[in-house]
Amino acid sequence: MIEQDWIWGAVGGLMIGGAAAIYLLVNGRIMGASGILGGLVDGTGRSTIMERLAFLFGALAVPPLLVPLYDRVDTQITTNPVIIIVAGLLVGIGTRLANGCTSGHGVCGISRFAPRGLASTGLYLLGGAITVLVFRHPLEVI
Amino acid sequence: MAGQNASTVKLPLDLRDLVAFVAGGLFGAGLLVSGMIDTRKVQGWLDFFGDWDPTLAFVLGGAVLPMTFVWRIAERRCVSLLGTPIPDRSPAKLDRALVTGSLMFGAGWGLVGLCPGPALASFAIGGWGGALFLLAMVSGMVLAPMVAGWLSSRTTS
Repeated sequence: MIEQDWIWGAVGGLMIGGAAAIYLLVNGRIMGASGILGGLVDGTGRSTIMERLAFLFGALAVPPLLVPLYDRVDTQITTNPVIIIVAGLLVGIGTRLANGCTSGHGVCGISRFAPRGLASTGLYLLGGAITVLVFRHPLEVI
Repeated sequence: MAGQNASTVKLPLDLRDLVAFVAGGLFGAGLLVSGMIDTRKVQGWLDFFGDWDPTLAFVLGGAVLPMTFVWRIAERRCVSLLGTPIPDRSPAKLDRALVTGSLMFGAGWGLVGLCPGPALASFAIGGWGGALFLLAMVSGMVLAPMVAGWLSSRTTS
């Protein structure tokens, strides 16, 4: 049986794929959140600074406009600041070392059958699954 | 239609930026609609040995399926509608940075349930926890070149 959440997941997924399609076909750019933000942070994306800022502004500003139409908006993020800081550092360093995250390596890489995208996706899923396995079940900290 | 080579025509920068804003907005909206800003749902997807939540597979499938066709069109065209080149394929090189970085990213993703896109899209509604995560993530991005240098120095020694 198909659950409501799965349908919303597929609808949202199509929107994400549509955004990646627009960014690629019109602007000739790969839609990767960590790359777009990271290039601003470390200065490597200086030549495309306005395009990056415009994308980030859209990603930050549009979702809150939908909140009134929508009831599932709680992020349910942990309240443990140590876990948040460690996780944020790992995500920031890791995505820049790997040169991509769930959008760049995941959505754009898998759909191009890119070997690096496929390998990265397999590895971050593995890393995430092991982390949840260890920290949720025996340790119960997440 | 006489004369000028189309590739020399420079379109105004603001059109490119407007398209980037639309793409960013649609991306953020998709993350909200799909439920991927809910950290519990994402951790539920990674919880293969617990109460597994398959929603993320539908999100990824919904995004990847149309993109397989879009990539074919883009690679056949070689240039985008605004005349910029379609990015080349990266060489299939699995280096230490890709492996280490992907595993680190996965560990952080599992710990909190946020990856870079949802961290941005949920900023306005994520409270102090979301803001702290974004700050730590940006700090990690600042530190990443140092970590990369350290990794490559270990490889050569």
